[in-house]
Amino acid sequence: MTNVAGAPGTADAAGAPEPAGERKGSETLHFARRNPKLLIGLGIVLVFLLIGVIGPFFVSDSPNDYVGPKSRPPNGEYWLGTNTFGQDIWAQFVYGVRATFLIGVFGGGVAFLIGTAVGFVAGYKGGIIDEILNMLTNVVLVLPALVVLIVAIAYLDVRGLFVQGVFIGLTTWPWAARAVRSQALSLATRDYVDLARLSGRRTWKIITTEIAPNMSSYLVMSFILLFGGAVLTAAGLDFIGLGPSNGVSLGLMLESAVKWSALQLGMWWWFIPPGLGITVIVGSLYILNVGLDEVFNPKLREL
Amino acid sequence: MWRYIGRKLFVYLLTFIVAVTINWMIPRFMPGDPVRSMLSRASVGDPEALERMTNYYNEVFGLDQPLHQQYLSFWSGLFKGDLGISTMLYPQPVLDIILRAVPYTLGLLIPAILLSWIIGNRFGAFAARSKVLDNTVLPVGYILTATPYMWLALLLAWSLGIVAGVFPVAGGYSYSLRPDFSWMFISSLLTHWFLPFLSLFIVALGGWAIGMRNMIIYELEADYANYLQALGAPRRLVRRYAFRNAMLPQITGLAVQLGTIIAGALLTEIVFNYPGLGTLILNSLNSRDFFLLQGIFLFVVVGVLIANFIIDIVYVLIDPRTRVQMTGGSS
Amino acid sequence: MTLRVNDLKVYYQTLRGDVHALDGVTFDLADGEIMGLAGESGCGKTTLGKSLIRLDSRMRHVGGTVELDGKDVPVGDDEAMVPFRYHEISLIPQYAMSALNPTRKIGRMVNELLRARGVRPADIADELKRRLELVGLDPDVLDRFPIELSGGMKQRVVMVISTLLNPSLLIADEVTSALDVSTQRAVAESLVEFRDREYVKSMIFVTHDISLVYQMADTIMVMYAGHIVEKASAKTVINEPRHPYTQMLIGALPEVGSTTVQGRLEGIPGTPPGLLDPPTGCRFKDRCPLAFDKCSERPPLVEIEPGHWAACWKTG
Repeated sequence: MTNVAGAPGTADAAGAPEPAGERKGSETLHFARRNPKLLIGLGIVLVFLLIGVIGPFFVSDSPNDYVGPKSRPPNGEYWLGTNTFGQDIWAQFVYGVRATFLIGVFGGGVAFLIGTAVGFVAGYKGGIIDEILNMLTNVVLVLPALVVLIVAIAYLDVRGLFVQGVFIGLTTWPWAARAVRSQALSLATRDYVDLARLSGRRTWKIITTEIAPNMSSYLVMSFILLFGGAVLTAAGLDFIGLGPSNGVSLGLMLESAVKWSALQLGMWWWFIPPGLGITVIVGSLYILNVGLDEVFNPKLREL
Repeated sequence: MWRYIGRKLFVYLLTFIVAVTINWMIPRFMPGDPVRSMLSRASVGDPEALERMTNYYNEVFGLDQPLHQQYLSFWSGLFKGDLGISTMLYPQPVLDIILRAVPYTLGLLIPAILLSWIIGNRFGAFAARSKVLDNTVLPVGYILTATPYMWLALLLAWSLGIVAGVFPVAGGYSYSLRPDFSWMFISSLLTHWFLPFLSLFIVALGGWAIGMRNMIIYELEADYANYLQALGAPRRLVRRYAFRNAMLPQITGLAVQLGTIIAGALLTEIVFNYPGLGTLILNSLNSRDFFLLQGIFLFVVVGVLIANFIIDIVYVLIDPRTRVQMTGGSS
Repeated sequence: MTLRVNDLKVYYQTLRGDVHALDGVTFDLADGEIMGLAGESGCGKTTLGKSLIRLDSRMRHVGGTVELDGKDVPVGDDEAMVPFRYHEISLIPQYAMSALNPTRKIGRMVNELLRARGVRPADIADELKRRLELVGLDPDVLDRFPIELSGGMKQRVVMVISTLLNPSLLIADEVTSALDVSTQRAVAESLVEFRDREYVKSMIFVTHDISLVYQMADTIMVMYAGHIVEKASAKTVINEPRHPYTQMLIGALPEVGSTTVQGRLEGIPGTPPGLLDPPTGCRFKDRCPLAFDKCSERPPLVEIEPGHWAACWKTG
């Protein structure tokens, strides 16, 4: 309630005329505007999002067509050069960035849905249901996700971005479930939740209207982490050769660069941009997340 | 506390059963009849060998038997240490091929995990000392955890291997040598080991540094730290306590991060064509050797479970709170 | 005079400006005096306690002086305060239950703390054991981890640790609020005994529980919204309070001495003023039934009879 540790009452009373909700909102915004981590992270992510969303409309070359001279370093015509086959690396990069965001949203989204659902139900219901879900969470948590994914996806003859996303979601949700569970557990004992329960409202209704909104910032941060994790996992799968068939992604670019000896041929422009793209997008998201944490968590705020 | 360990063991056993079941189910229930497509595409040139393999598959999968029968015989094969015969390196048993690769992977993983954990923790604790340090170490740490393992491996291979020419970038040892205990072979082994190790180490380092930094900041705000400072205890003492206490959750973090780091090792090996499990996975995928792939999967899962259990035991021994509860304590 | 606080001002820095949590506080504490410090939450009593030993990162010393046994106490200078801490001024914190490092055996932690403060643990080991026994603890607790002790035991251990170097001033901050009634009394009695045995010279006992303070304290000081409103012997404050705020505060209590609360307390209408931009003059004037024109000037704390101080135009 009060934003001054150790001085209860004083600050509350000071802001008494303003409605509490509005005050909290404007305060969050105030901190958000001055948090360099949040601003820089968000800025970079938005730039890449823009590249991924509108970039493909400005690229005349199709990413997998053999359009230009072979093995050219970056130049005026082909900004990031061409690979051994004469494919335009900038075109691949732009489409790859788009694929990166898509897999992040799909994979991270599926993991988020499963993780929060399991976490909320376990934390809110408790008892035997909690016990079972907890066991399930622990089992999936211990399994090394990428290795499971390799085995599962290896058997698919035709692979797409969507299927990859679903599989990633199915294997990477457990830590989110744990985190959400512990939060929900503490919220489930609050008075207003008790009140809602006593008035006979349905479980999912209570979860969505009483519990989830009170940890919305936490949920946003969880989603961002799952998003980043999905991007990295997908890049790993693509790199092993289990990426979308005939697709374009940053991970697939890395795969073909290694497969066709870009390293030995000294074609740095082939493997640096895709890896850099992934690193910068995911890294900015993580830093953005730290910024969000500092903004939403009064304990971390600095004066 | 024995209950705690028992519970953990139960989860691990359950995980093992789930893993084996996944392994059994995938070839049978994936859409598109994978067994048949595997057979038709197995890259074996010799027609006689293909003939033998077809018989072998029919026998192993026992596709004419009822499902539960298939499942049970799968388990009994497993207990006999039978992971099947590789198609890629026919007729070598999968187990032998895996056992040849495991030392390389462990040789990368164990030093990389331990060193990155120890140094990363020191680094994170150091970062929590001042604003300036914190503001540089934190973003660098997050960027490192966002780096795909294979990309850093590529960068190191390119810069230190190709451009500077200091380290070899492919294989586990020089192709001109045969494995023996000569000084030359061992030094070749070490120079080939260094870059994959380094790239694994650097990426993992970032995660530990961040984890420690966050934990120690939390500990420095804890009541016991405030009390000590009110009594005039020097920062040094308070930091030492905070560091020790922050180490404990970092040990649990080791278990949580294990899967990610193993994945990283597999990807790094591929970049360097390092003869461990990662390269083996790539090769088995390329020649569609599913027995080998599934054998590796089981092996990694078992390895993860064992490592998890070791970490659990270490945690119980190190944290006085659980230790006290385990020996009965008092009051 | 043990402690002399003169016009002490300590503000909290917040986003919207300074919160005047302690706004010109002047009082003395005599040798051997146990002073109860009472008031509603947010009145500045905890801030005063912290100011005398270690300021929070958000607290700022704005003005005023503190003198202990004739020496100037540099409350605003964290480094310069170190020699005073523990040796001269000590603290039993509000959070005594969690004040001990959970992963160190208590004895080892104490030894490390003592060594860091330039005291050889061996020189004081016997005294430590004696005092543990005095509060009813087996010296074996030194070989245990905090988790092995009950809440009351931890509380007593912290009491012994805090007073081990015989400080001149002890600040006990809400030490009883987390305890049940019988333990509360035992803790209060131990503290009085510590004073009687001269383990501590004088003590400030911060609490919101006036009836407990009445039983153990020599004097009571009442604060309101960052100001001192009244200070007198415990008996006087309870039986013949002069400041209207103290009168209403005492009137709002159940009969002193009874430990059961019968029905709801009759609250004081209104809320304390915000201290971000505090009103001028008497801070109680908006809730005070006796308020008149003069109250827009700040009433000074004056001695209305020997040992009885009050800050109100009506009592002066």
